[in-house]
Amino acid sequence: MSVGEETGIVIIGAGQAASQAVVSLRMEGYEGRITLIGDEAEPPYQRPPLSKKFLAGEIGFDRVELKPAEFYEGANCRLLLSTRATAIDAKAKTVSTGDGQLIPYTKLLIATGSRVREINVPGFDLEGVHYLRSVGDVHEIQSHFKAGAKMVVVGGGYIGLEVAAVAKKNGLSVTVLETADRVLARVVDPIVSKFYERVHGEAGVDILTGVTVTGFEGKDGKVTGVDAGDGRIVPCDFVVVGIGILPNTELALNAGLKVENGIVVDEMTRTSDSDIFAAGDCTNHPNGTFDRRLRLESVQNAIEQGKTAAAAMMGKDKPYNQVPWFWSDQYDLKLQIAGLSQGYTQAVTRGRPDTDNNFAVFYLKDGVLIAVDAVNRPPEFMMSKLLIAQHAKLDPARLADETINMKEVAKA
Amino acid sequence: MTKVTFIEHSGKEHTLDVADGLTLMEAATKAMIPGIDADCGGACACATCMVFVPAEWEGKLAEKDPMEDTMLDFCEHSAENSRLACQIKVSPALEGIRVTMPESQH
Repeated sequence: MSVGEETGIVIIGAGQAASQAVVSLRMEGYEGRITLIGDEAEPPYQRPPLSKKFLAGEIGFDRVELKPAEFYEGANCRLLLSTRATAIDAKAKTVSTGDGQLIPYTKLLIATGSRVREINVPGFDLEGVHYLRSVGDVHEIQSHFKAGAKMVVVGGGYIGLEVAAVAKKNGLSVTVLETADRVLARVVDPIVSKFYERVHGEAGVDILTGVTVTGFEGKDGKVTGVDAGDGRIVPCDFVVVGIGILPNTELALNAGLKVENGIVVDEMTRTSDSDIFAAGDCTNHPNGTFDRRLRLESVQNAIEQGKTAAAAMMGKDKPYNQVPWFWSDQYDLKLQIAGLSQGYTQAVTRGRPDTDNNFAVFYLKDGVLIAVDAVNRPPEFMMSKLLIAQHAKLDPARLADETINMKEVAKA
Repeated sequence: MTKVTFIEHSGKEHTLDVADGLTLMEAATKAMIPGIDADCGGACACATCMVFVPAEWEGKLAEKDPMEDTMLDFCEHSAENSRLACQIKVSPALEGIRVTMPESQH
């Protein structure tokens, strides 16, 4: 095979955005070679189920992988798994890998995603201190899932709470430690935090807020307790740390691309180099609805930017501009989130979060709907997605009034 | 294996042999059938895998749960016979089923 035949589109990363880009490139009519470089052993798979049904053992890897491995062969897509891209030479248009390969590209897509934020306290390297990002991480956590085992979760965000819910269902003893004075403090109104604290409390999870972990205690190299910094040691058999993620931008930065809280791209996923594109968690991109730049950690963001990038690499403009949405499954609760609540001036509750297991909180900024958190309330979620895109100015009294159908709520 | 046919909005047909136990959504996305987005991967969270099921098959499918029902109620192209493909498990009872897809999932 000559060097010429080897050249084609190269994708660094083998997650949701990368996989979507492969599919979309073929749908856009690209017939050349695609090379996917991923540092994990598995072909592209979905991450959201990892802290939900996959952790619970309700579904296996065959339900998590995005496409069967044969698909890539059929699609003339070379999968370089367990392979780390180590450098991009934007001038020579090549990617170097950890195993010494030099791969030329015509166009390059950086879909490197993000990695967990690590906790930097004494004892961080003890056996039994885990993070949850990959299939391998889940298998390690599952090895501790024995009824009665004591798990401490560091971080009361979505990952931490989802893991707590699954562990509780498996009969574990669960304690969640959160630095802020409430769970989900970074993303939701106190009404929603209080609701999840109640639900987890009723399930038997201990949630301790205002606690900053200062270290892990161990014996024979294994973690035995978490130092809560106030004299308390919370005993445990293992720990799951979920304190956020960081975008993988080093390759882009070292290649001379513009990076600022993510790889800076335009609405077509173009970076500051005309042959390099970026998609997914690792990007900082403009959003028309919110009229500002965003870095998002979500499947929707990965999928839609993957589509846009494929089109852009084929010279077509399919701008990415959507209302962000997310979801979280805990116990029998499905939280659906649309929009971004940062900067809201008023939170309006529809339903009774103090007693029921379904309600919605609408976030208004100067009367305009910017986000919703809907728990077991698909109508509120679906309708809000549309209204947020329209910058709808809404009457808080109508939003709160359960006798008014969500389809009518925007009418004056 | 059960034979199912997906029909794009344009009329283009795709017939697949699907392993029983998979959902219609999984069958479609693994086979790269255009017209099923399935952003959430089957969590019934996004309503981007809507299909239309002919009336004669309705009785052979598990009933819609309230979650699916209300999600569909708010989908732009939804009709009386709309279903979310992620909520339909393939089984021998569905041999020969033909479902059609909406113009778009957004």
